[in-house]
Amino acid sequence: MDIPYTVQPREDTGLYNAKVGIWLFLASEVMLFGALFSSYILLRVGSPEGYWPRGWLNVPIGTVNTLVLITSSITTVMAWASCKMNQFGRFKVFHACTLLLALTFVCIKSYEYHDKFTHYEITLKDGRIADGHIVENDPKADHVVISGRYVQDRRDLYDLEVRKAPHHHEELSIPRSQIEKMERYGPWHNTYLAIYFTLTGLHALHVIGGAIVIGFLWGPGSKLWETDPERFTNRVEISGLFWHFVDLVWIFLFPVLYLI
Amino acid sequence: MTAQHHEGFDQHVRRYLYVFYALLFGTLITVGASYIPFGNHAFNIAVALCIACAKAFLVAGFFMHLISERKMIYGLLGFTVFFVLGLMVLTLSAYADFPPMTVTH
Repeated sequence: MDIPYTVQPREDTGLYNAKVGIWLFLASEVMLFGALFSSYILLRVGSPEGYWPRGWLNVPIGTVNTLVLITSSITTVMAWASCKMNQFGRFKVFHACTLLLALTFVCIKSYEYHDKFTHYEITLKDGRIADGHIVENDPKADHVVISGRYVQDRRDLYDLEVRKAPHHHEELSIPRSQIEKMERYGPWHNTYLAIYFTLTGLHALHVIGGAIVIGFLWGPGSKLWETDPERFTNRVEISGLFWHFVDLVWIFLFPVLYLI
Repeated sequence: MTAQHHEGFDQHVRRYLYVFYALLFGTLITVGASYIPFGNHAFNIAVALCIACAKAFLVAGFFMHLISERKMIYGLLGFTVFFVLGLMVLTLSAYADFPPMTVTH
């Protein structure tokens, strides 16, 4: 049985069915990310004075990741245009670039996550707070070693405008007996990190999902080009629309989380 | 595929490249603007979001072909924008419900 309207547009919509389907799906995605963005705004405006983190994320790394995703958008649209121009070889090259860029994005994001998960805030019994990246944390050892700094007021950790006033980090050896609480910068640490990991984690899952689909079309799925090139081109367009949406979400995530 | 059709697509490709350059430039402008102290932090936020909206327009309009799409898609997106704005406004209206003197930020 032939599935209707995979290539020819329907008379009533003027579109082939998959295109209507992907736009309906993207509409639901807008609602999903819209809900999370509004949560972010509510958390931010509701946070007490001086307790919304600033400068916690690495701007150059975020900028590079933004450029990577934008470049992957142009390679995606060029892959589709190559199919339209009957240049299958160029399609392969452009989509190979898209896949490499997607992998680069995920690797950079993983590095950023690793940086957060190795970052600790250690509250000492004398009231001081040691903050920095873990160097040694052997459960059998009686000391924990971090590369960081001591602060007296917790607000000094939130108001971290690194660009304006770089902090001096040194290796600190802290006796375990002096530690009252030790917590890494995971999503449980505060509401900023909770919404940061939720938004970027969901976005990263979309990147991975999109890359799997593009990888399929680049690999085994590309056999369809030999039998039904128009249908294959439509598939490339649909996956491209999803990929551009992922780029679109990041265009807002980057300034919201990294810059403002 | 006719030569005319091919030429038409070449023009499209050139347009995609211009959009790509504009997006790269927009990203650098966004980062640069975040370092400028405008005096009021709200102004920095407004500038960053305005540039993000312009970049989003370029991606949606040209890469996703929304500037020349069918009416049905516009109708569908119209509903989406209406509901997502409703979602934002309703959520943020909770901010106005905070008792006086409890908002510190």
